[in-house]
Amino acid sequence: MTIGKGLRGVAVALTGALALTACGGGDDAASGPATLRMTIWSANEAHLKLFTEIADEYTRNNPDVASITFDPLPFENYTTTLTTQIAGGNAPDLAWVFENSAPDFVSSGALLPLDDALRTTEGYGYDDLSPATLRLWQHDGKLYGYPFSTSPFGVFVNTDLLTQAKQQTPAELIAAGRWTWENALAAAGATKQATGKAGLVIRDFDYKGWDNLSTFWTGWGARAWSEDGRTCGFAAPEMVDAMSTLHRAIFTQQALPGPGTTADFFAGDAAMTVTQISRASLLKEDGFEWDLVPLPAGPKGTYSVIGQGGIGVLKRSPHAEAATDFLAFLTNPTNSAKLAQFFPPPRQSLLTAETLAATNPQLTPEQLQTVVIDGITNGVVKPSHTGQAELSQQVRAGLDPLWRPEADVPGVLGQLCATIQPLLTK
Amino acid sequence: MSQTDTGVGRVDHRPAPGRAHPGPAAAGPPPYWTSRRRDQLTGYLFIAPQMVGSAVFVILPLILVVWYSLHEWNVLAGTFEFVGTDNYAALAEDTSLPSVLTATGLFSVGLVAFNLGLALLLAVLLNQRLRGTTLFRTLFFSPVVVSLVAWTIVWGFLLQDDGGINGLLDTVGVAGPNWLRGEGTAMVSVIVVQVFKNVGLNMVLFLAALQGVPAELYEAAEVDGASRARQFWRITVPLISPTILLTSIITVVGSLQVFAQIAVLTQGGPGTSTTVLVYYLYQQAFQFHHFGYGATLSIVLFAIVLGLTVLQWQMRKRWVHHES
Repeated sequence: MTIGKGLRGVAVALTGALALTACGGGDDAASGPATLRMTIWSANEAHLKLFTEIADEYTRNNPDVASITFDPLPFENYTTTLTTQIAGGNAPDLAWVFENSAPDFVSSGALLPLDDALRTTEGYGYDDLSPATLRLWQHDGKLYGYPFSTSPFGVFVNTDLLTQAKQQTPAELIAAGRWTWENALAAAGATKQATGKAGLVIRDFDYKGWDNLSTFWTGWGARAWSEDGRTCGFAAPEMVDAMSTLHRAIFTQQALPGPGTTADFFAGDAAMTVTQISRASLLKEDGFEWDLVPLPAGPKGTYSVIGQGGIGVLKRSPHAEAATDFLAFLTNPTNSAKLAQFFPPPRQSLLTAETLAATNPQLTPEQLQTVVIDGITNGVVKPSHTGQAELSQQVRAGLDPLWRPEADVPGVLGQLCATIQPLLTK
Repeated sequence: MSQTDTGVGRVDHRPAPGRAHPGPAAAGPPPYWTSRRRDQLTGYLFIAPQMVGSAVFVILPLILVVWYSLHEWNVLAGTFEFVGTDNYAALAEDTSLPSVLTATGLFSVGLVAFNLGLALLLAVLLNQRLRGTTLFRTLFFSPVVVSLVAWTIVWGFLLQDDGGINGLLDTVGVAGPNWLRGEGTAMVSVIVVQVFKNVGLNMVLFLAALQGVPAELYEAAEVDGASRARQFWRITVPLISPTILLTSIITVVGSLQVFAQIAVLTQGGPGTSTTVLVYYLYQQAFQFHHFGYGATLSIVLFAIVLGLTVLQWQMRKRWVHHES
């Protein structure tokens, strides 16, 4: 009978363990102080330190919130990881949302409207928010995401490389009124010939992230799709002109690294790179001499392009009210001023060269005015559309035939429009 | 350990409970916990962890996938609506699906042919009694234990236009193609990277099978004047045919499940030339948020894997030695 008793014991233990496991997943969210989690794309130590300092100050004054954690997700798969967490029942309380997925998040009902809470927060100054920066995050007159970072694109320049290649620097070209894409590409091509290093890199494009090319084609007045999002713009004459210029720059002038070739500007591998000013943190103090200038003028004149990141409160968060309250604290005038060193805010009162200079010691007042303030005020937001992920994949696949030396540019772009037009009108 | 020690497998000669047992000794009902029942319980407890794992991580997800395929699940909106067979009807209207199935077929055929051919060649070469064969066996097997993603990332660098492969070709005066950017070369590259990763496993299985072929058969064949090639096709291949069947089933199933290599090396491009079925269903479910349609595609994948495995199993009678 010893064996029988032993077996019974094992059976009881197994049953108990299973029962405990089954019960262990319960959510104790309803009782006790709240624990908030916010997903962000950046794992940068300085970014996280500032976020944590602001969160600590909030929890000290709000005993109903026990802790706030910031959960960095890899930039490349950020939105996929976030939606997988939501699908798996592990949605964060607050989430950073990129501009390219903003239409999906804002119109789906996944986020809580924020207007009322922000307006009624004492000292918030809701009317200080620039209306142009809010547009992407509104739906049916309600604000579903706070445009936390409105970061213009500019051109970082490795002046050492350009000087070595005996080329005029962008600053000199600007002074001479000749800072155009034509001259920028010529200098980039010449630098490649003279030094063997890459000329100009459109960062995060890498022949996949095509939406970054809007920093180029906007100079020709081209658009990926019409303002209402229902008509493809890739086959329009101005887009064909822009892409033909880009194609020549890649395969004839060799001003940009070709497909399958990588060059990191911040490691000193390229003369110029088009990217957002928040990347200034990648510059090394003892590295090369650098400059930051606005995007070159295109045939349609000067222009700016901005990338945006918003923060929203997930509707299914068990602590949605506390999360909204924390968001109001995180983005109040005081904290916005602190965060402005990394994330240009939508607050008009903070968009002055003096204010931004206090927290951006790397940039001169002139750079802040011409690239940041003018960029935010006049900038065109990178392309975004409902169903962006599927659309983006189709555009990426449709543009692939363009990245060959012998490509028929108008033919490829015409075919691309034929492919994506049904998705635009879906 | 003897059967008497544990009771496992012991034959119970006592009457089963409930059976009539006349006589003055039948006082009261027989005990419930007979030796047979204890043995059964022991057996069930031993397999319980595996059964629970299979139920929770295999059978339940399979049922859920079928359930999801009958729904439209909008993760962001939090809606989950029954749509019947709409997702299955959408398969017929999906204009991307033919190219996806073509890419899947090309990948599988290329991988299976190259993998099995190379594994068998390596096994035959390394089955010789020569110095250094152990070193080469270790070399060819070592990629099997390397992290798949790390392996693929390193190959990604090597296959760049200005990467190591083209650098090597350049030293002998050959201008290599842009491997991952050409539609044909991208598919070949993904197949080669995957074959080099796993060929060692099949090679070891073939080696074990080759060492089980009796040497006297080759001696007899040699006496009869059979050439080496004839010995290979008439003796080696028939006698290792059960292993060829096993490796072909494993490789076919594995080839249909390729994902990480595509995600790291090509993201399905250029165009859609390397968008295989698993990568496509990942895109539909996790990038485009069409979870219902993604589940339907996974049912299609399941049906293809099941169909091919059953076909291979049925065909074994025609070519696998000793199969009846």
